[in-house]
Amino acid sequence: MSRLSGMGGRLYRGDKSFNIIGNRRRFYALSGIVILVAAISLSVQGLHLGIEFKGGSQFTFTAANATVAQGQKAVTDSGVTSETIVQKIGSSKIQITTKSLTNAENDAVENAIVKDFNVTIGNINVLSIGPSWGKDITHKAIQALVGFLLVVMLYLALAFEPKMAQAAIIAVLHDVFITVGIYALVGFDVTPATVIGFLTILGYSLYDTVVVFDKVRENTRSITSTGKYTYSQAANLAVNQTLVRSFNTSLIALLPVASILFVGAGLLGAGTLKDLSLALFIGLATGTYSSIFIATPILATLREREPAMKALAKRVAARGGSVEGAPVVIKGDAEISNIVTSTHSKENRERGPRNQPKRRSRR
Amino acid sequence: MSANISKSIKSQAKPGRTIAILALILIAFSTLAFIQNDKVKLGLDLRGGTSVTLQPRVAKGGSVSSAAIAQAVAIIRQRVNSLGVAESQVTAQGTGNNQQIVISVPGDTGTRIVDLVGQTAELRFRQVYAVGAGSAKTTATSTTSTSTVVVPKPGTKATPTPTPTKAAVLTPTFPTGVTAALNDQFGALDCTKAKNRQGGNVDDANAPLVACNRDGTGKYILGPAEVVGTDVSTASASLDQQGGNGWMVLLNFNGSGTSKFGKVTSRVTKLASPQNQLAVVLDGLVYTSPQINQAITGGNAQITGNFTQTQASDLANVLKYGALPLAFDRGNVQQVSPTLGSNQLHDGLLAGLIGLILVILYSIFYYRGLGVVSVGSLTIAGGITYLLFILLGKWIGFSLSLAGIAGAIVSIGITADSFIVYFERLRDEVRDGRSLRTAVDTGWTRAKRTIIVADSVSLIASALLYFFAVGDVRGFAFTLGLTTFVDLFVVFFFTKPLVSLLSRLHFYSSGHRLSGFSTKSLGVVTGKDVA
Repeated sequence: MSRLSGMGGRLYRGDKSFNIIGNRRRFYALSGIVILVAAISLSVQGLHLGIEFKGGSQFTFTAANATVAQGQKAVTDSGVTSETIVQKIGSSKIQITTKSLTNAENDAVENAIVKDFNVTIGNINVLSIGPSWGKDITHKAIQALVGFLLVVMLYLALAFEPKMAQAAIIAVLHDVFITVGIYALVGFDVTPATVIGFLTILGYSLYDTVVVFDKVRENTRSITSTGKYTYSQAANLAVNQTLVRSFNTSLIALLPVASILFVGAGLLGAGTLKDLSLALFIGLATGTYSSIFIATPILATLREREPAMKALAKRVAARGGSVEGAPVVIKGDAEISNIVTSTHSKENRERGPRNQPKRRSRR
Repeated sequence: MSANISKSIKSQAKPGRTIAILALILIAFSTLAFIQNDKVKLGLDLRGGTSVTLQPRVAKGGSVSSAAIAQAVAIIRQRVNSLGVAESQVTAQGTGNNQQIVISVPGDTGTRIVDLVGQTAELRFRQVYAVGAGSAKTTATSTTSTSTVVVPKPGTKATPTPTPTKAAVLTPTFPTGVTAALNDQFGALDCTKAKNRQGGNVDDANAPLVACNRDGTGKYILGPAEVVGTDVSTASASLDQQGGNGWMVLLNFNGSGTSKFGKVTSRVTKLASPQNQLAVVLDGLVYTSPQINQAITGGNAQITGNFTQTQASDLANVLKYGALPLAFDRGNVQQVSPTLGSNQLHDGLLAGLIGLILVILYSIFYYRGLGVVSVGSLTIAGGITYLLFILLGKWIGFSLSLAGIAGAIVSIGITADSFIVYFERLRDEVRDGRSLRTAVDTGWTRAKRTIIVADSVSLIASALLYFFAVGDVRGFAFTLGLTTFVDLFVVFFFTKPLVSLLSRLHFYSSGHRLSGFSTKSLGVVTGKDVA
């Protein structure tokens, strides 16, 4: 544990640094490949939509020793023949899924179940979705997504800077795409609970990115005046400094989600909890990855194109540093504290001899 | 430097006082909840029941007005209430053309509710032939009517001069109206049974009707419909300023309505009670059966009676819209058995508990002494959230669904993250060589901003989800938003003051190896560590 905590200290000072920004092309390539696979599986296999999106009826009930064949028979008896799926869930639950039924057909199926399985009508759980409902909620989910992205982009552009907003949104789209791709690839059922999960991922992934960006902004505030580090180097330090936080946060967020997944899948068999937590589990993992390995590198790429940052990179290169986002070159303890203090707010920066910027280089 | 520190500490609010105020607020709210003996209201998926979502059928280019939705809600609520199931709910959700009506009925009602709601029905005025008490085997005798219809008073105090039509008494198509068959049907009808008061579109406009009133206290033999809902142009509730009769309903008929209503009132006003009553029938149920005191030919009428404001406006709405003002599609029907409901509740809570314990274990493991702060903060946040669930259930009818529980569980992570952001800042400040007491405040200034920005994103997410989505998603968004607020509150008014207090303790400020601030765990480079 203390080794882990100690790691936090070393990362903070820059003793130990992972060159994330410098290697950004590798991460872009990695994500590119995953996105490509996701796109292919989406177009080839498509998503496995639950009846909430297609319309249909679902009857679930508990009957000990019931078999799928008995379920089939009950449905056939009721006169509903087309598009029925009978599944056994857990040890004693039967789930019958049909196309969209009329009221009369619905009652017929219920009565058949009551007769064949000796359960009361009240113990049958029914979910019945009209054919236009699915289209409607899909439409709304897309509306929510677009509205969300626009509002958040605006908010981040105001709270931070426009390029951070762009980078954050790209990272979020990256997460959603990969998560959806995984769903297509594995063939998990997509239900409204899954959609809730996806939407939450948006919020969470952004939340994570915001914390990293906050540090990036702090570290890069006065880089042009100190002229010691390029934007990429300062951003890389920020990512490293928040690495422990990102790790702790993601782990702590994953713990409850994992427990929902465990309880939802392990004990309940299926349903809202499992669908939701599965989407969250996959999404949180990609979200954490993207805020470190995608969002910040993209931000660096965007910012490095600015003339001021190009000029800064030249100055730093002239001083002997490496332009291409190489890790911060650490020469000694004295210099390390300098990076840190340069990020502090003005009133703190003025204090103490150790905190004064060392102007060894030409301006 | 040290001079600056002492100044910055003095300028801080007293942490002890903040925590004391928080404790007082919490105690006050707990007492409130305790006195009212409230429990968290559970959604149907947790306690069993049926929920039906209706979508208005919108023609291309058409729109759905909020007034029409509100009216539909009122009518459906009436139908649902006739089932007599406590705590049934009918609410409108969404905005614009995306509005839905969500009907939820707890318990084991089966598909009956599904058949009941969403049918369109017609408002009809029918002459009363006979009236009886609600129970079966009542004979067709007279009864007192509770409301009357008169021509509105034109002047301030002038007694209205009745202007009965001079025309000969119109002979009704059915002289007495009541046939033997109708009388048998009437005798057999028991309006005290809820199943006979379900309403529905059962009445044939051109035939007589045997019907109950809505509360089951009376039953009627009614003539064919003579005026229908489309004949009414407006209706409104109004306070009777002059007559002192309390609330009344003003009724205004359109052209054909005026002549039809004039005709029927002219006829019945000459008859003996109860045949001089005109029943307002909706969904096959008698809303009210005012006695007609005079012929009303001007197209304006007022219905008086001992109405409360709610009763008057309900009646006005019924008259105004008559039937459901919109056609609906059944979007989503969900029936959950009470057994499954309680299983889901149990499992949801279990998942939350396991999640919470894991988070607490990890934060103690990693942050040692600071873990106390995160455990305390999570407990406080959990307590506040629980109280809010109870109180909001009371105040705005909030009910906790499974998706809501999931939202709360997910928010454990977000809440814990606020502490992590602050703790990591704190440790960074200490690594920079600040004393803990200084770091508590300098670190807070920076952590505060990060926490606010990050929580804002979370709040935006939940607000948008709430407004765009329906059903489960809304429940989830609501709890997520609520818990994010709680998080902000707790971080500001509990976590920060607590850390300030703790930083004065020797255990923490000296960097004890279990305090979370030991040089070893911070990785502070001391002289001998530098190679």
